[in-house]
Amino acid sequence: MATVKPRVKAPKSATTGEIITIKTLISHKMESGQRKDKQGNLIPRQIINHFTARYNGEVVFEVDIEPAISANPYLQFNMRVEEPGEFEFIWNDDDGSVYATKQKLKVG
Amino acid sequence: MKEVSRRKVLALGTGLVAVAMLPLPALASNEKVMEDIRKFTGGAEAPESSIVKLEVPEIAENGNTVPLSVSVDSPMTADNYVKRVILLAEKNPNPGVATFHFSPRSGVAEASTRMRLATTQNVIAVAELSDGSFHMTKSQVKVTIGGCGG
Repeated sequence: MATVKPRVKAPKSATTGEIITIKTLISHKMESGQRKDKQGNLIPRQIINHFTARYNGEVVFEVDIEPAISANPYLQFNMRVEEPGEFEFIWNDDDGSVYATKQKLKVG
Repeated sequence: MKEVSRRKVLALGTGLVAVAMLPLPALASNEKVMEDIRKFTGGAEAPESSIVKLEVPEIAENGNTVPLSVSVDSPMTADNYVKRVILLAEKNPNPGVATFHFSPRSGVAEASTRMRLATTQNVIAVAELSDGSFHMTKSQVKVTIGGCGG
């Protein structure tokens, strides 16, 4: 399978009380399990089935993902900023792989 | 299977890879959607409510990637917030699209994604609030080229 790359767009700094928007994208085929190959056999499902966004270890947003989510899953969500810290974004693949990336947030 | 062969002709005509479509009987009936909603609510009612808003295009040129935003009107405080929102596509082979889990830290109960729609159909959102109530909305998307095969 091609390299799976996560990309995140979130502000690097914010003010207390501000609601920030986080955009995430991960390159993944999201093989739905509905497609057939040239011989007519079903191509087995392989998708990202779960996404978790943690901030300073606490879960802020989570998604249970089904095969109906498009290839290269895009997820956008929000967080109310209270203190400085670090995001961790985690994607779980059907095959057991876990992809993760982190990003710090300054609060001034 | 008039629908299937017409899509294949369209797909081949535009140079796209021909995507195998499931035969019609395999498309979800409304019963499967009702079952998924029942599982989500534990059997509780989920009446249509204007507090849930679904933003989807009226017409989707490409069923493989249809943008969707859902928002639920809520103060998102520790005592009053949106816990989960489930998204369903009533005529997809499997209606489930995604379930968003929010927290008071979300600030607003809003999320966006992109989904696959096999054919023209209703997209349904059901929200669960912290007070145990459920609220539903639905919006139709007309799909010109279906995207169930991925």
